Amino acid sequence: MSDFEVRKGPKPEELKGRYEPSLLAEMFRRMNLIREFELRAIEERRGGLIPGFIHSCVGQEATAAGACLALNADDVITSTHRGHGHLIGKGGEARYMMAELAARSPGYCKGRGGSLHLADFGLGILGANGIVGGGIPIAVGAALGFKLRGEKRVALAFFGDGATNEGSFHEAANHAGVWKLPVIFFCENNLYGEGTHITRSTPITDLVVRAAGYGFHGVVVDGNDVLAVYDAVVEAARRARAGEGPTFIEAKTYRTRGHYEGDPQVYRTVEEVESWKKKDPIPAFRAKLIKSGLVDEGTLEEIQGQVMAQLDDAVAFASSAEKPKPEDALAGVYADTHNGLVF
Amino acid sequence: MREITYSEAIREVMCEEMRRDPTVFLMGEDVGVFEGVWGVSHGMLAEFGPERVIDTAISEAAIIGNGLGAALVGMRPIVEIMFGDFMMCAGDQIANQVAKARYMSGGVANVPLVIRVTTGAPGSAAAQHSQSPEAWFLNIPGLKIVTPATPADAKGLLRTAIRGEDPVLFFEPKMLYATTGAVPEDPDFSIPFGKANIARSGKDATVIAIGAMLPKVMRAADVLASEGIDVEVVDPRTLVPLDKHTIIQSVTKTSRAVIAHEAHVRGGPGAEIAAMLSEEAIEYLDAPILRIGAKNVPLPYSPELESYVLPSEEDVAKGVRSLFGKA
Repeated sequence: MSDFEVRKGPKPEELKGRYEPSLLAEMFRRMNLIREFELRAIEERRGGLIPGFIHSCVGQEATAAGACLALNADDVITSTHRGHGHLIGKGGEARYMMAELAARSPGYCKGRGGSLHLADFGLGILGANGIVGGGIPIAVGAALGFKLRGEKRVALAFFGDGATNEGSFHEAANHAGVWKLPVIFFCENNLYGEGTHITRSTPITDLVVRAAGYGFHGVVVDGNDVLAVYDAVVEAARRARAGEGPTFIEAKTYRTRGHYEGDPQVYRTVEEVESWKKKDPIPAFRAKLIKSGLVDEGTLEEIQGQVMAQLDDAVAFASSAEKPKPEDALAGVYADTHNGLVF
Repeated sequence: MREITYSEAIREVMCEEMRRDPTVFLMGEDVGVFEGVWGVSHGMLAEFGPERVIDTAISEAAIIGNGLGAALVGMRPIVEIMFGDFMMCAGDQIANQVAKARYMSGGVANVPLVIRVTTGAPGSAAAQHSQSPEAWFLNIPGLKIVTPATPADAKGLLRTAIRGEDPVLFFEPKMLYATTGAVPEDPDFSIPFGKANIARSGKDATVIAIGAMLPKVMRAADVLASEGIDVEVVDPRTLVPLDKHTIIQSVTKTSRAVIAHEAHVRGGPGAEIAAMLSEEAIEYLDAPILRIGAKNVPLPYSPELESYVLPSEEDVAKGVRSLFGKA
């Protein structure tokens, strides 16, 4: 699958003493919340609550949860069109996410953004993004800001394999490398840029090769192993804070649903999808936790129950939340709107 | 009041704001060691050091995208784009990221980012280094578009841009950098956006002059005065927001409107202003609204070809005369 060593997380018996049980439980909670949030959003979209696109990350929950939990609360991320996981990973609230997807006033963006533009600046989430590669220069700029102010904060840019063919990736990587900025380039290589397999769009399949061209440290991890992801980001963040420059992390993963809900998926076989479903990161982590003896089955079931209750609450909140008034569309374009008038 | 150049006025306000506020910094291609290919950042690296006067790669998308990211985490970046023509290299960052960050986030994101852009034809620079791209951005809500034409306006408007919370495209005509004018020394001197300047009062016709056309229009107005046509010259100073009130008031008085800019006529800033006048002031007009700008071809290299394409002082005078049925 790769010419590089694909780092795996520790074996179940190696978890003890290395991770706080509370951290492991939180990882499990966030992965489940991401999965169930999306399945619920897809259901609610069919039911008519949600008017816009959904690009789900089902199958990729380990990258989002593992990477975000390895960051500090005041570190920042930029996300992608497949961003629900990143939002939840960084602490985004299901209620406000669901309300935004439902285009309601109390949603994260007051109904002006939708799934592709979810953001929570207070949590360091500088925004999902509707443009492939669009967030990468922004993350690098945030890292530049931290460096200029002498703050030991880190910016992490999530992006997919497809984004590494965008100019924005290369320009941003070049600045990050030459200025040794505290930034992490986190590539979720799920093998497909929309409907085109990586071998048909890109002359290499190990995207980590691109790290060297920009003077980055490069690492490949099993993106379906949440602890492998977590460990790699902890190390990358340490390097960033120590002034050792950027790290490119390539996480090998797969989305088991379509590029968007409704995607006919003519570009891949059912067998391929089924083979990846066997590598589902959530049951794998669950089994590892139980085997480790650090978190018992009862606790995991309790977490899953809490997640479902949280989503019931989020959907109830979103469905009963107020819709924006049509004229609200004119507000929030500028800080100063000249007595409420758009200009 | 002492007189300084347009270029010095811009440098002065950048330095004043950088001394006053540690979050302000300058970034762009060759702004540091080279001191700017137009010399605008002369001496700034020496005063502020390489951390705050940052030489970038030739990477317009990264320059503007990095500026946005820094702004989102509380900095106030000033980024320089050496030629307006290069803005297209950063198209996504400007149109889809910078302009929309606040709106998409429900009004939460603050984007105090100033993008300084040179504009206009400096002479035989040909098609990729001579454009006046202001109007390309008029159709993108979320940007403020500033077109200062004098040293004092450059200083006052740039201060407003730096201290503001919204992204600003600040267009500096290359041909005006060396022009001089009186500029206030008050360290808080600023000019609000959306307030046009009546550069000359008159009663017979209004010429709305944008950017580098202002000095040409002022000279044309002198010529016309000697012929008995008393021209009022209005410089909008900012295209977004546009001071419709002052423009309409002037046209109401003079009953004739000409819009002059160096951008191409088709789809240029004049098209928007003419449309606005036809919607809101048509009843006051005694003649068609006239647009004067570059002919609708790419800017050519040869001096003879270039001066044929660019709008001149004489084009303005001729245009105004035509509104009075004169040749």
